[in-house]
Amino acid sequence: MSHVTSAVRAPLITGGKTYADVTEDISRQVEGKPTREWTIAFTISVIVLLYGTACVFWTWWEGLGVWGLNKTVGWAWDITNFVWWVGIGHAGTLISAILLLFRQKWRTAVNRAAEAMTIFAVLCAASFILMHMGRPWLAYWALPLPNTFGSLWVNFKSPLVWDVFAISTYFTVSLVFWYMGLIPDLATIRDRARSKVSRYIYGAFAMGWNGSAKTWARYEYMSLILAGLSTPLVLSVHTIVSMDFATSVIPGWHTTIFPPYFVAGAIFSGFAMVQNLVLIIRVVFKLEDYITIEHIESMNKVITLTGSIVGVAYLTEFFIAWYSGVEFESYAFINRATGPYWWAYWAMMTCNVITPQLFWSRAIRRSIVWTFVLSVIVNIGMWFERFVIIVTSLHRDYLPSSWAMFHPTLFDISDYIFSFGFFFTLFLLFSKFLPVINMAEVKTVIKSSSEKLPVSVSGVAKGERVANPTFNKDVE
Amino acid sequence: MSDVNGNGKFLVGIYDDDDVVLSAVKEVKGAGVRIQEVYSPIPIHGLDVALGHPRSRLGIAAFLFGLSGTLTALALTFYTEGFDWPMIVGGKDSYSPVVYVPIIFELTVLFCALGMVATFLISNGMGPTVKPLMYDLRTTDNKFAMAIDLSKNNIGEGDIEQILRKSGAAEVNIKQF
Repeated sequence: MSHVTSAVRAPLITGGKTYADVTEDISRQVEGKPTREWTIAFTISVIVLLYGTACVFWTWWEGLGVWGLNKTVGWAWDITNFVWWVGIGHAGTLISAILLLFRQKWRTAVNRAAEAMTIFAVLCAASFILMHMGRPWLAYWALPLPNTFGSLWVNFKSPLVWDVFAISTYFTVSLVFWYMGLIPDLATIRDRARSKVSRYIYGAFAMGWNGSAKTWARYEYMSLILAGLSTPLVLSVHTIVSMDFATSVIPGWHTTIFPPYFVAGAIFSGFAMVQNLVLIIRVVFKLEDYITIEHIESMNKVITLTGSIVGVAYLTEFFIAWYSGVEFESYAFINRATGPYWWAYWAMMTCNVITPQLFWSRAIRRSIVWTFVLSVIVNIGMWFERFVIIVTSLHRDYLPSSWAMFHPTLFDISDYIFSFGFFFTLFLLFSKFLPVINMAEVKTVIKSSSEKLPVSVSGVAKGERVANPTFNKDVE
Repeated sequence: MSDVNGNGKFLVGIYDDDDVVLSAVKEVKGAGVRIQEVYSPIPIHGLDVALGHPRSRLGIAAFLFGLSGTLTALALTFYTEGFDWPMIVGGKDSYSPVVYVPIIFELTVLFCALGMVATFLISNGMGPTVKPLMYDLRTTDNKFAMAIDLSKNNIGEGDIEQILRKSGAAEVNIKQF
């Protein structure tokens, strides 16, 4: 009736699911006891988190001298990790906001997990901001408060202060967007809950949702505005992060290409992380009918696009360094490729530019194993990208007398490990206590893009794909 | 009585399909029955129009909250750097609005998002301690419910039940609050 079904597109939801099946399949892991796989993964994450927390406290106790920083390389692993984690967060907002505006229905199966990933990734990024302050108890100095020594304010002209505003806004808006998206599903779990405690807790978080037509209409309107707000927000965050570098005068940093290049790189790494997470989720929680090969292929296409943009950006940087005629700039880039950190540069080029091009092959794009491996490679490559930008630019600047090398210490490495423990502990808690797929949104795409297609008016049989790109009206 | 004070008697038609409930709304209204509200596990486009609900004004609230964010950012940066503690950094004027675009943008988005969400929650009477009046618990799972307040209709209970069944209701239940 009102639904239009594509006869040429493969179904987004397989297995002939009904509304009740969706609720049952996705609520299962929330309502049941933790699985063995979950318990093992959670135990490992908590152990890693505890070890990392001890190392972070030791870093603060002893001071940042325990890191491998020196007078020339003042930013290294901590800022690399910060930029990497912020970048990873971008895919969540992109999936939930930009793809919502573009009416991409495949986003419904992965948006919840991707948004959760965003929030936890931004928290990990924030932990490095706190860490590199050395005295985290004074973190509030970054806020626009007049300090106690007089009416001296933060410097609003500094991109570091812009970062404070950008990241705190990004985190807050992403959290609100994610939480508002959870409300209808929390109500579903509340209404199915058997124990009083679950009913009370999920009921409190469901905020009294009753699914009335008026509430749904307002809810959709609000979601659309939030998506409209989040779309420029996601671009602004990494643009501002890139300005931390671009507004300086360090060779290799002072370039106008940084904002779009950083945003593309962020989406690139974010999608790679989403792939890694959803590939695990679909197997562990048996959600293969919801997160199908079509979803994985769609995300791989985004990875191919953004990876190619990143590749073009690398080449453009090199070209401009030569074309500008600035010898410091030319040297910075030749040094990246052939200097003491050549291995990091070529690891970046291999992981980010060369290997993702394999996704042009349909067979690789639709392969679970290839997708998982290439996504891990992309994440490694993007970490190296940030390392290359930061360390190779700082270790040799205008004064050869201050040239130095950066070598990470045990604490540099352990503090990075901390962020993994933190991230996976939070993500596993999320996957146990909240539905990992947005039930309400998936239910809306069942009719128009599920395997359970009714016979169309043109006589195309259920689920059959035809070469003629015509659209057929459902017959109920 | 309405569901606000929760002491009325309602006839609840349960439907299995969103398309059926949408056409049922038109049929039931056409038969002269006043519908209290329709409850569903998914948003149904066009349902609010069919029920005669006015268009949401959340957009206006969002704009006003966004504007307040813009003005707050302008006031904050002007007061601090233009008036309270002027500083020339990086060769820029002590008050140079272009430099504050990121701050202005972020506060606009922040105020807009938080203000609109708060407006949404308040306008729907939602909150952590709110206990919703559910006409059928299955409406958050897989069923669609049309609630008819008997006290607001002059048609008899039996006739309304007939109309609901004819419009495609799989069940018709009585719910008393």
